[in-house]
Amino acid sequence: MHTLSVLVENKPGVLARVAGLFSRRGFNIDSLAVGPTEVDDISRMTIVVDAETQSIEQITKQLNKLVHIIKIVELSEDEAVTRELWFVKVAAEGRTRGEVIELAEVFRAKVVDVDVDAVTLEATGSTDKLNALVRLLGPYGIRELVRSGTIAVGRGSRSITEGRSLRLERSA
Amino acid sequence: MEITGATAVIRALEDQGVDVMFGHPGGAILPAYDPMLDSSIRHILARHEQGAGHMAEGYAHATGRVGVCIATSGPGGTNLTTALADAYMDSVPIVAITGQVPTAAVGGDAFQEADITGITMPITKHNEMITEPERIAPAIAEAFHIASTGRPGPVLIDLPKDVLNATFEYQPADGLALPGYRPTTRGHGKMVRQAVAEILAAERPVIYAGGGVIKANGSEGLRRLAETANLPVVTTLMARGALPDSHPQHLGMPGMHGHWTAVTAMQKSDLLIALGARFDDRVTGKLGSFAPGARVIHVDVDPAEIGKNRAVDVPIVGDAGIVIEQMCEALDAALASGQRAPDLSGWWRTLAEWQAEHPLHDTQEPGGVLKPQTVLRALSEKLDGEGIVVTGVGQHQMWASQLIRYEQPRTWINSGGLGTMGFCVPAAIGAKVGRPDLPVIAVDGDGSFQMTLQELATARSENIPVVFCIINNGSLGMVRQWQELFYDERYSAIDLGFDVPDFVKLADAYGMPGYRCDNAAEVEATLDKALGVADGPVIIDFRCDQTEKVFPMVPAGASNDDIIESAEEWYEQVRAGAEAAPAGDGEPGGHALPEHLREGNVV
Repeated sequence: MHTLSVLVENKPGVLARVAGLFSRRGFNIDSLAVGPTEVDDISRMTIVVDAETQSIEQITKQLNKLVHIIKIVELSEDEAVTRELWFVKVAAEGRTRGEVIELAEVFRAKVVDVDVDAVTLEATGSTDKLNALVRLLGPYGIRELVRSGTIAVGRGSRSITEGRSLRLERSA
Repeated sequence: MEITGATAVIRALEDQGVDVMFGHPGGAILPAYDPMLDSSIRHILARHEQGAGHMAEGYAHATGRVGVCIATSGPGGTNLTTALADAYMDSVPIVAITGQVPTAAVGGDAFQEADITGITMPITKHNEMITEPERIAPAIAEAFHIASTGRPGPVLIDLPKDVLNATFEYQPADGLALPGYRPTTRGHGKMVRQAVAEILAAERPVIYAGGGVIKANGSEGLRRLAETANLPVVTTLMARGALPDSHPQHLGMPGMHGHWTAVTAMQKSDLLIALGARFDDRVTGKLGSFAPGARVIHVDVDPAEIGKNRAVDVPIVGDAGIVIEQMCEALDAALASGQRAPDLSGWWRTLAEWQAEHPLHDTQEPGGVLKPQTVLRALSEKLDGEGIVVTGVGQHQMWASQLIRYEQPRTWINSGGLGTMGFCVPAAIGAKVGRPDLPVIAVDGDGSFQMTLQELATARSENIPVVFCIINNGSLGMVRQWQELFYDERYSAIDLGFDVPDFVKLADAYGMPGYRCDNAAEVEATLDKALGVADGPVIIDFRCDQTEKVFPMVPAGASNDDIIESAEEWYEQVRAGAEAAPAGDGEPGGHALPEHLREGNVV
């Protein structure tokens, strides 16, 4: 798995350009999360790709050719913090509700909704941790699982949105 | 003073120095056709938008400037797509302007609506739908910049009708706002020196020059580099003319239908110096067995090409023209400091022997049926390196590339990457518009010609003197060749017939002279007659042998080591293969193909 942090100009169609490039060049997107950054008119796409090292190079080179892509940084696992946010709707009533909530506490998940026969949990963390939570909740009956794309940030004080390349002023 | 968006479009094009555009009007683009009447820009009315697109390409190929085409929304735009895909594959700088339904109607399936920016996303270098008139001038300036810099390519600008009709205060574009677009033009100094060290250590080097050399105006530098280090050069289908064919160090064209020596020199080489070339499957043959002993220097302006198909030892990202100059300087410096290149005389002796043993075959028999090669050899004599040759796609294209002598860059124009039948007629018209000072010869096949022959009307009514030479073999010759060799002579859907249409009568219908020639003795006289027509277009119908095949040939998927020079050689290979591993099934057709050529990745 490779995690790419991609800064893009916030222009119409930029998501379609990126998605189209992956599909037509035969690359698979494992997860994708898009949102604005602290810089006006610049959005970040966090793309998790399942690819060999050689093809990740080809992917980043092809992505870099898109005019609206400003910068691509690959975030390695040990130099970045990566998180997902999951909603897990679990069957729970009476006696089992307490057990489900207890498990949630162990994983620092929050209860965000309760009904007579179900509890909805909000959990954040690495994919491994969240998989473990869901494995333990499995026997109670998972009603619905909603996962965000992975987001990631590099460790340390450096920021990938810094630097001359991000100034959107006009230049010859 | 306030002007309309439509006027702004024309003014922005004028600001970019556009002198001609090729197009076809329609509802959504109508507003732009009105201010055109008052503009210095010449508009050439194509009979089909695909024609307009290829004309823009022909113009760009011939001049090195950005070609411009313009069409309406919906079918106007979709008809441009083949030309855009062609320009994308062959890195041709063109800008396409399309009309669009009004912004309020976009997305509502309005009359003549097509999502042209969506459709062309994978076949343009960039595109944009303009939503406010203030954006017109900057977007057009950016389009020209993107189309013509870095790796050139097509850019499309989509203009909704309400934006064209809006009035506003026009401001010419000042500067460009492209934070994500910064092509590297100069090669890395250390890499350039390393490349020179490789060149000075190689015993069997070959320069593999691609279309990028011509796009980057690197022909002079290429010649200097080759001469300084005594390097043999091959020029790909996209690079014919990058080094004069008469140059003694030129081995010809590599690839599927390349010269035997050019193909084999690369196979046996210990150093490939790839300049603006992309290791296309038509050049490499079976990739795994391509030039197995060669180290590779790869110079390309597009970083994504480096290492895409072939692992590279010395990667250099940069404009081929600039990097070649850098290499020349570094080479001069190395030689001045006393370094010497190894003696290449053994390599040159080998190459000379191969050239003597493996010339292109001449199958013309005196008094026999006219061979297409005879026409192209005669044409080469007539042109003598002067003039532009434009082709369609198929056998005639390969013969025209092999047999005509090209002495200058931008005098050979064809559709390489996409292989677009129908490219020839409009591209030749565009080339002639761009270079009215040179004779332009359109060498087309009868199949290819019929895909865009409606543009004869454009040539006639705009009085564009192109000589259209149809190599008429009454069939889809290249398909026929594959069916003969690889499908056991089971001919499927290749018969066009010699008489439908009658090309001489067709010439008459389009108001131009038409000649027919069906024997070798009259080829020269017929060419003289046609080349003598200076004031307008003319057609020659050369009726040629249908069974003639293009050789040499590397069958699709085969190794370049298995290049064949005749059909007999191929059948020998097939027989030998069948004896080694008898095929059990009686599958009809295709069983002429040896097992290893039936792999899924064979193009």
